[in-house]
Amino acid sequence: MSAAPIPHGEPAGAGAARPTNYLNADYGVRSWLLTVDHKRIAVLYLVSITLFFLLGAAYAGAIRLELLTPRGDVFGDDTYNKMFTMHGIAMVFFFLIPSIPATLGNFLVPMMVGARDLAFPRINLLSWYLYMIGGLFALGAMVIGGVDTGWTFYTPFSTAYATTNVIPAAIGIFIAGFSSILTGLNFIVTIHTMRAPGLTWFRMPLFLWAHYATSLIMILGTPVVAVTILLVGLERMFGLGFFDPRLGGDPVLFQHLFWFYSHPAVYIMILPAQGVVSELVCAFSRKRVFGYAFICASSLLIAVLGFLVWGHHMFTTGQSVYAGMIFSFLSMFVAIPSAVKVFNWTATLYRGSIAWTAPMLYALGFIGLFTVGGLTGLFLSTLGTDVHLHDTYFVVAHFHYVMVGGAVMAYLGGLHYWWPKISGRLYPEAPAKISAALVFLGFNLTFFPQFVLGYMGMPRRYHVYVDEFQVLNVLSTAGATILGVGYILPLFYLIWSFRYGELAPPNPWGATGLEWQTPSPPPTENFVRTPVVTTDAYDYPHLELLPSPKEVPVG
Amino acid sequence: MIGKFSLIPPSASTIASDVDTLFWFISAVTVFFSLLIAGTIIVFMVRFRRRREDEVPRHEDHGSYALEIAWTVIPFALTMVMFFWGASIYANMKRPPDDALHINVVGKQWMWKAQHMEGRREINEIHVPVGRPIRLSIASEDVIHSFYVPAFRIKQDAVPGRINQAWFEATTPGEYHLFCAEYCGTIHAGMIGKIVAMEPAAFQQWLAGGTPGAPAVPVAELGRQQFEQRGCQTCHSGQPGALGPALGGLHGASVPLADGTTVIADDNYLRESILNPHAKLVAGYSPIMPVYQGLLSEEQVMQLIAYIKSLPGDHS
Amino acid sequence: MAEALASAHAPDVHVLHVAHQFDDAEQQWTASTLGMWVFLAQEVLFFGGIFAVYVIYRTLYPDAFAVASNHLDVALGTFNTAVLIGSSLTMALAVHASQVGHRRALVGWILMTMLLGSVFLGVKVYEYAHKWHEHLVPGPWFQWHGEYPKQVEIFYSLYFGMTGLHALHMVVGLGIMTWLVVAARAGRFGPDYHNPVEITGLYWHFVDIVWIFLFPLLYLIGRHWHP
Repeated sequence: MSAAPIPHGEPAGAGAARPTNYLNADYGVRSWLLTVDHKRIAVLYLVSITLFFLLGAAYAGAIRLELLTPRGDVFGDDTYNKMFTMHGIAMVFFFLIPSIPATLGNFLVPMMVGARDLAFPRINLLSWYLYMIGGLFALGAMVIGGVDTGWTFYTPFSTAYATTNVIPAAIGIFIAGFSSILTGLNFIVTIHTMRAPGLTWFRMPLFLWAHYATSLIMILGTPVVAVTILLVGLERMFGLGFFDPRLGGDPVLFQHLFWFYSHPAVYIMILPAQGVVSELVCAFSRKRVFGYAFICASSLLIAVLGFLVWGHHMFTTGQSVYAGMIFSFLSMFVAIPSAVKVFNWTATLYRGSIAWTAPMLYALGFIGLFTVGGLTGLFLSTLGTDVHLHDTYFVVAHFHYVMVGGAVMAYLGGLHYWWPKISGRLYPEAPAKISAALVFLGFNLTFFPQFVLGYMGMPRRYHVYVDEFQVLNVLSTAGATILGVGYILPLFYLIWSFRYGELAPPNPWGATGLEWQTPSPPPTENFVRTPVVTTDAYDYPHLELLPSPKEVPVG
Repeated sequence: MIGKFSLIPPSASTIASDVDTLFWFISAVTVFFSLLIAGTIIVFMVRFRRRREDEVPRHEDHGSYALEIAWTVIPFALTMVMFFWGASIYANMKRPPDDALHINVVGKQWMWKAQHMEGRREINEIHVPVGRPIRLSIASEDVIHSFYVPAFRIKQDAVPGRINQAWFEATTPGEYHLFCAEYCGTIHAGMIGKIVAMEPAAFQQWLAGGTPGAPAVPVAELGRQQFEQRGCQTCHSGQPGALGPALGGLHGASVPLADGTTVIADDNYLRESILNPHAKLVAGYSPIMPVYQGLLSEEQVMQLIAYIKSLPGDHS
Repeated sequence: MAEALASAHAPDVHVLHVAHQFDDAEQQWTASTLGMWVFLAQEVLFFGGIFAVYVIYRTLYPDAFAVASNHLDVALGTFNTAVLIGSSLTMALAVHASQVGHRRALVGWILMTMLLGSVFLGVKVYEYAHKWHEHLVPGPWFQWHGEYPKQVEIFYSLYFGMTGLHALHMVVGLGIMTWLVVAARAGRFGPDYHNPVEITGLYWHFVDIVWIFLFPLLYLIGRHWHP
C-alpha cells in the first residue's frame, strides 16, 4: 500500500485560470527584488543558499577526489588548504546557518502564528540583501585567490602568517552575521507579539518553538563572533597584538571568543532541523507528539546550555585542568535534551498511522543519524578520549553526522513536505524516495569510515597521508559520489515539478497546522481573515479530513 | 606501528589501554542506543504503517512522566560515568611523574625539533626508552601546532607564547607516527615524524652516539653559555644586594610579586620573566631587566630554563 | 483632553498608520518596542565581546594600561561624558514632547540632541587627531618611548576599537534622528503615534550607557581626584 499525498480540498485553479497567489501576483523582477512578502523572501533565500550549497559541495568533491590517494596528486598543498577552508566557509556561514530559518522559517513562521507577515518585513528583505552582499565578498575572496586559514581562522596563523585573502572573507562573514541577527530578531518579535487569537505559547507548533530558541542564540551569539572577526581584521591590517604573543597577545583568547559563538552556532543549525522533524513525525504518523512540553523545554535548554560549553573545543591547548573539567561536565548536560527529543519522537510513532513518504523517510533518517552523531559527541566531550580524537577525522565524522545526516536531511525533508505549499505543485514521489535512499546510503558510506580513520589517528586537514589510511578514504570517496547523486536529483525533479508537477490542494498530507488552511500556494496576505485558534497544535484525534475528489497517483 | 594497517592503532603507552577501555565503553553505549532507536523506529514503521489514505488514529496520547524521567536520568547517569572516567584519565595525563625523562620539543613551520637534556638533537624523530616516563616541554616558534602520537593516545598543542607539558611512558619498542594535529599552513600535512621507542640499553647507546667529532652539549650547559654571553650574571649574581633576584632553587618556588600577589615559578613563569621581565615584577626589585622578546628562540629559552633549574640554592 | 491639547499645539493632522502586517496599533507598538529591546540585547553582546577582551588584557597588564590611560585627556573625556548625558536628557524631553503632542518642542529637543551628539563627535575627532600627532594610533606608525610599548599599543588598539565602534553607533543615531526630525516637522507624531521617537530614545540611551562604561574603563585607570 502506498502512502500517496491526500488531496484534501480542490487544488486551486484546476482547469480555470489560477487565482492570485504570492507567486503570480506580479512577475516583474523589481517585484521580486523589492518584495516585502516573507514568502518571496524565503524563495529568494532558497535560490541563494542552494547556490552556496552547490559551491560548498564542489569543494567537498575536490577534497574527496584528492583524498583517494595518499599522495598529493590532484592539488598542491596551498590549493588543497584553500579547498577545505572554502568548503567550511561556504557550508557553515552561507548554507547551514541560514538554511532552515531563512527558507522554511521565513515562509512558515508568519503562517504558523496566523499573521499576514513577519513583524518587520523590510528588515527581512534587508537581511537577504546583507546575506547576498556578504556572500559576494566571500565569493570574491575565493575568486581572487582563495583563503587557506581553515573556516576556524585560528590565530596567529590567520592574523600574522597567512598570505591569502583573509580580509575579504572575514568581511563577507561579518556582513552575513548581521543577516542572521536580523532574521532572529524578526522571529522573536513575531512569535511574541503577533500570535493569532487563541494561539497560546503551548498551542504553538514545535517548529515555532524551535525557531524561537534558535533566534535567541542568533541574537546573543552572533555579535560576539562579529566583533571577534573585526579584531582579527584590524590585527591583520594594522599589525596589532590582540592575538599575537610576540606583541603581548594571547592566541588562545581568539579561540575562546570564536568558540563562544561557534559552539552555539551548531545549535542554530540543529534546532530548526529538530523543529522540522517534530512537524514531519507528527504529520506522517497523524499523532500528537509525545511529550510536547518536554520538547519545548529541551529546545530552550539547548539554547541556554549551548552557551556554556565552548571550551570543549580547547582541551589540548594547555589551559587549566579545572577549566577542562568544567567544560566537559557541562557538555554532558547539553547532550541530554537532544536525547529526550529522540526518545519522544520515537514514542510518537507508537500506534500512529505512519506514511512512508519521502519527507518521513528523511525525518526518520534524521533521527537515526542524529542519534549516532550526538552520541559520538560524547567521545569528544569526555576528556580522556578527546585528547586522542581531537583534530582527527573522528571530529569530522561527528559533525558531519549531525550537520549533514541531521540538519541537511531535515532540511530536505522539510523542503519536500512544504513544497506543495511553497510551489503549488506536488513533487514526484518515486524519485524523491530514491533520492532519500541514496542520500542515506551515500552519507553513511562517506562518513562512517571517517570515525575509524580518526580513531586510527588520521589528523584533519591532511591531503597527504600515510598509506594505512587509504582503504577507508577510498570508501569515503565512493560514498561521497553516491551522496552527490542523491543531492542532485531533487534539484532536477523539484525544478521540474514547478512547471510540470500535479497541482497541489490546500492540504495534500491531511496534516494539522494553520499553513494547511490556506491555498497552495497561498495568497500574498496568507489569511483573508485572521484565524482563531481553539485547539492544541497536533489535534489529530479531532482532525476532519475533507473528502478527496480523486486519487493522486503515487508517481 | 608505522605502515601496518589496523583498524585499531597500536596501543604502545601505559595510558593507551586506559583510553581504549573508555573508548570501547562509550562505543558500547553508542551502539546500544543507536540500534535501540533504529530498531524501534523500523519496527514501528512497519507495524503501524498507514493502511488507508484517510486513516487517522483517534486515541488520545497523554505522554508519560515516568518515561520522560527515565530517559532523562539514565542517559545522564551514563554521561556522568563517562565524565568522571574521562576526567580521571585526563588528570593522569596532566601530571607527569617527577622522575620523568625530560625532552624539549619545539614545533615550527613545518618540522618538529627535539633536544634531549644530554644535548643530542633530533628533527622529526624522537628516540625514547620504553618503560620510563618521558616528559615533553613543547613550544612553538611561530603558529599553533599540535604534537600528536596516536599510538600513545597523547596530544598537546604547541602554542606560541607558552610552554606546554605532555608525558607518556612507552610500553613496546617500535616506531610510531608523530603528526602535527593543528592546521599550521602549507605543509601542515607534511609536518610528520616518528617516535622511536627502544629498549633502555639500546637507548643509552643511541644517546651516547651522535655526530662523531661534534659531541652533544648538554642543554643546561648550552643555557649556561647563553647566560654568560648575554651578561645575565651581572645582575643575577646570587650575591646579596644584587640587582636581580637570585636564581638558585627558583624553579618550583613561590615568588612574591611587586603587586602583592604570589606565583609559583614554573616553566611558563621563567619563560615570561626572561622575555617580558616587567610582566611579573618580583617584590623589592626595580624594572631594569632588558626585554628579550624577539631576541631569543624558543629553544634558547628552554636551554636557559634548564640552566636555571640546575642552579643549586634554596629559594625560601 | 489630549486631543484638544494636540490640536492646540499641532494644528496639522497626523495620520496614524498601522503597517499591513499588524492587526492594530497596539500590536504595532508592542512589536516595534520589543524589536528595539531585542536589538539592544544583541548590541550588549556586541560591545560585550570587545569589553571582555579589554578586561582580560587589563588584568594581565595593569601597569601598562594605567600608564597608557594617563595619556588620554581626562578633561575632554569628562566634558564629553557630560555632553552625552545631557543629550540623553534632551532625548528624553523629546520623547515626552512627542507623547503630549508638542510638535515644536519635539523638533527642538531632537535638534538639541543632535547638536550635543555632534559636539561629542567633534571632541572625539579632536582627540583622535591629537593621538595621531602623538604617534599613539596603533599600526606601523605607532611609537611609544616609555615602558611596555607592546602592551600600551594593545591598550590603544582597544581604545580606538571601543570608542570607534561607539562613535559609529552615534553616527547611525544621528542619521536616524535626521529622519526623525524631518518626520516630526511634518507632524507625523502625536499622542496616539510616537513610537519611533520612543525607540530612537531607547537606542540613544543605550549608546549613552555604553559610554558611561567606556569612560571610566579607558580614561580613569589609576587616576585620583586632587581637589
